Amino acid sequence: MEDISLHLLDLAQNSISAGANLVEISIREDREKDHKWVQISDNGKGMDEEQVNKVYDPFYTTRTTRKVGLGIPMFKASAEASGGKLEMISQKGKGTTLLALFIDSHIDCLPLGKMEETIAALIFMNPEVDFVYTHENNCRQFLLDTRQIREVIGEVNIADPEIVNWITIYIKEGLEELYGGV
Amino acid sequence: MKSLKELEQIKQKTLDAVNLRKERTGGTRVVVGMATCGIAAGARPVLLAFLEEVKNRNLKDVSVSQTGCIGVCRLEPMVEITRPGEDKVTYVNMSADKVKRVIAEHVVNGQVVTEYTIGAAQ
Repeated sequence: MEDISLHLLDLAQNSISAGANLVEISIREDREKDHKWVQISDNGKGMDEEQVNKVYDPFYTTRTTRKVGLGIPMFKASAEASGGKLEMISQKGKGTTLLALFIDSHIDCLPLGKMEETIAALIFMNPEVDFVYTHENNCRQFLLDTRQIREVIGEVNIADPEIVNWITIYIKEGLEELYGGV
Repeated sequence: MKSLKELEQIKQKTLDAVNLRKERTGGTRVVVGMATCGIAAGARPVLLAFLEEVKNRNLKDVSVSQTGCIGVCRLEPMVEITRPGEDKVTYVNMSADKVKRVIAEHVVNGQVVTEYTIGAAQ
């Protein structure tokens, strides 16, 4: 994967395959500590301890169509390449949380990428799922919650191209403000 | 700056359009492979480019959706397009730029862009 936002797009699809109807993605950037925390939590069906232990193995998958499952192993490799780490907490019946640490200044640290495209694509592809996206940069925060958007648009489909376009630009502008309008 | 107020206006605008879209069935289907392989190869900008073109051209009878791994990961990003009453066409090594041409020539005008298809890539 070229950047973190592409990893998140891929990983969020796992959450949805696990039956989640709420996926929370949060990014916390701490310039002082040189840390970039990336978290994705879902309320899907979760995994038992045995599955959690196997999930880092690229040759483990619950799918029957293919024999590889590369999403999580690649995300772990990306975090570790920057000197960071990946932790996973999962509870059967409750959901799964992935928390990755990236060391920002490391030469192998992936850029964040276009988060607005990842969130827009996720909403478009999964109109029945709610997404909460929070992004903190030092003390500033950006928040997008599809439940709030649904309140405004009422019966209009959130996956309508016009709405998805609005969401993309809304996030893009929000993030520009987060980074001081650069 | 985008505001929720503006979203309200878009809602009003889309309500009529959506009603139109509901009345028609059997339109053109665009399916983008969005598994790990597709995403890594660049499927996200391809999916969003289709969405953008559908919005800009106001194409009412075109539905865009995603699927998992289509099965030839080395040729991702892959897109399958089915026009009503016609055979499915599989496009490979897609990009946002190629999407514009595929929409204009194939989806709108019914002329398959042969050079982008899986047959041409073999």
